Amino acid sequence: MSRRFPHQHRQALLLAVGLLLASAALLLLGVSVGSTGAESVRSMWHDAQAMQIVREIRLPRTVGAWLAGALLGLAGAVAQGLFRNPLADPYLLGSASGASLGVASAMALFGVSPLAMHWLARLGLTGAAFVGAVLAVLLTLLLAKGVQHTLRLLLAGVIVGVVLGAITSLILLLTPEIMQAMQSFMLGSTGFVGWTACAVMAAVLAFSVLAAWMMSHVLDGLALGEATAQSLGLRLPQMRVALVAVLALATGTAVAQTGLIAFVGLAAPHLVRSVVKTTHGRLTVLAALMGAVLLSAADILARWLVAPQELPVGVLTAVLGGGYLLWLMHRHTGRGAGL
Amino acid sequence: MKQALLFLLLTGCAALMPARALQLLDDRGVSVSFSQSPQRIVSLLPSLTESVCAMDQCQRLVGVDRYSNYPASVRRLPVLGGGLDPNIEGIVALRPDVVLLATSSRASQRLESLGIKVVALEPKSHADVRRVLKKIGVLLDIPEALGAARLWRVIDTSVSAAAQSLSPKARNVRVYFEVNRGPYAAGESSFIGETLTRLGVRNVVPASLGPFPRLNPEFVVRANPDVIMVGSRSMQAMASYPGWGSIKAVREQRICVFGVDEADVVVRPGPRMAEAARLMAKCLEDKAR
Repeated sequence: MSRRFPHQHRQALLLAVGLLLASAALLLLGVSVGSTGAESVRSMWHDAQAMQIVREIRLPRTVGAWLAGALLGLAGAVAQGLFRNPLADPYLLGSASGASLGVASAMALFGVSPLAMHWLARLGLTGAAFVGAVLAVLLTLLLAKGVQHTLRLLLAGVIVGVVLGAITSLILLLTPEIMQAMQSFMLGSTGFVGWTACAVMAAVLAFSVLAAWMMSHVLDGLALGEATAQSLGLRLPQMRVALVAVLALATGTAVAQTGLIAFVGLAAPHLVRSVVKTTHGRLTVLAALMGAVLLSAADILARWLVAPQELPVGVLTAVLGGGYLLWLMHRHTGRGAGL
Repeated sequence: MKQALLFLLLTGCAALMPARALQLLDDRGVSVSFSQSPQRIVSLLPSLTESVCAMDQCQRLVGVDRYSNYPASVRRLPVLGGGLDPNIEGIVALRPDVVLLATSSRASQRLESLGIKVVALEPKSHADVRRVLKKIGVLLDIPEALGAARLWRVIDTSVSAAAQSLSPKARNVRVYFEVNRGPYAAGESSFIGETLTRLGVRNVVPASLGPFPRLNPEFVVRANPDVIMVGSRSMQAMASYPGWGSIKAVREQRICVFGVDEADVVVRPGPRMAEAARLMAKCLEDKAR
């Protein structure tokens, strides 16, 4: 395909290079932004505390924001291809509400029952979020009776989302002490990301990118309609299960480490598509890069705008991603072309 | 003896003249008038429940919100939802003379339109606690010398006593108080911060950041507190923040975790503030060793 469209191939490559350069710049910027500013970086060679702040806090959270953004961008591209729906986002199958419920119940039970403490100490909040996200997706699949029926899957995802969300709200109402902490989870935060979290996210990202790349021809086929995809000889049932698994794994990992970060998964693929028209293989990789850049930028702003306090990063991703997308949309419609 | 006589005289007067009209300006700035001191009270805020009971008028409470759990006797009362989601029908059914709630509650208007008197009070600082006690004293028609002023004097002297009980070593520390996971801290301008100031210790979160700011975790690393105080809900013990290993308090295990019951005392701006000060003083003294 690339030989037939050399122009688009080159464009995709340019975008990838551009995004990687932006990532490098953001990494440098991320290391020098925080409660004490760039002064920590300048003094880090002779000040152990500054070194620690840079090495153990700023670096992992900057890298973590990049990785989480990449996971969400990738998941968004897979979701939109899989459901053939431009509004699909990574949280569609209920993983967001599942993760919230996991975290809320963990926090509500913590400090109440000794038995729960024992299990929670092993699982941790991250574990609770991940388990919640995965269970919610499984519940969606169960309610939809498998992955074959796109519409049924979407509806089941919405139902699971609403019901689990309601249970979370109920828990919050009954234990108001956890409301504040829960809000910081719902709006996302990279403040808890250490090197272990980065390693987990990097491993999952590598696996997901590889898997999505290998199965991208299915998404290309699906773009032509299910009947056509079937007639092309694609093994749709198995491939769909595998793609849903990738989607759930990528989203669950990102959500568990950083909370519910809004809009990155939805906006990243659209931002890529507005620049280049390409196949799903490249789109997923580019969307991952785009998501990474978007979340890194938002995270740096979140730390910098009101330092030494912090803004919830989810608010900024919504404003940044949403604003940019809106601008693109209007620019395109102004010229008479849809997004 | 003189005081006891005065008390007898005053309570005797109160019993003889039950219908004394009173007027009150609440924290919304609304003036509420009563033909007599309300006898059936619903409280939708734990600190207000505690204040009413601290004036020995617990028997006037006919219903509370689901978070009011102190003193133990209020747990037997009908529970009318929470301050943010009160059970309006349940409140009306109890025919209260007045409903005490926080200014942030949306219920005020609805209850007033149903003909129920509402007094909204919001204690947020030490000064507020004193003011709110005074207003509740007026509302309950308790002479100030026996109600609000006496309670405040007890609180005030107990906090001072807690401060004086601290050894110089325990006092000369810098404290970080985490209210909730985020990390949300209690700054100098919060009532928790005010208590810490009264105890004579320094807070690492300056007043300029507001009462309960959400901090960048590296701010705490930089501030390097000697003692960390957290509510158990903050889960500091279970999931620490990355890079906090170097903080002096973490390295030397000087972290006080307040359990669920203790946290209720510490985070409520009400008459148990003295107990909160004692809990914090105990923590400081334990960790100074």
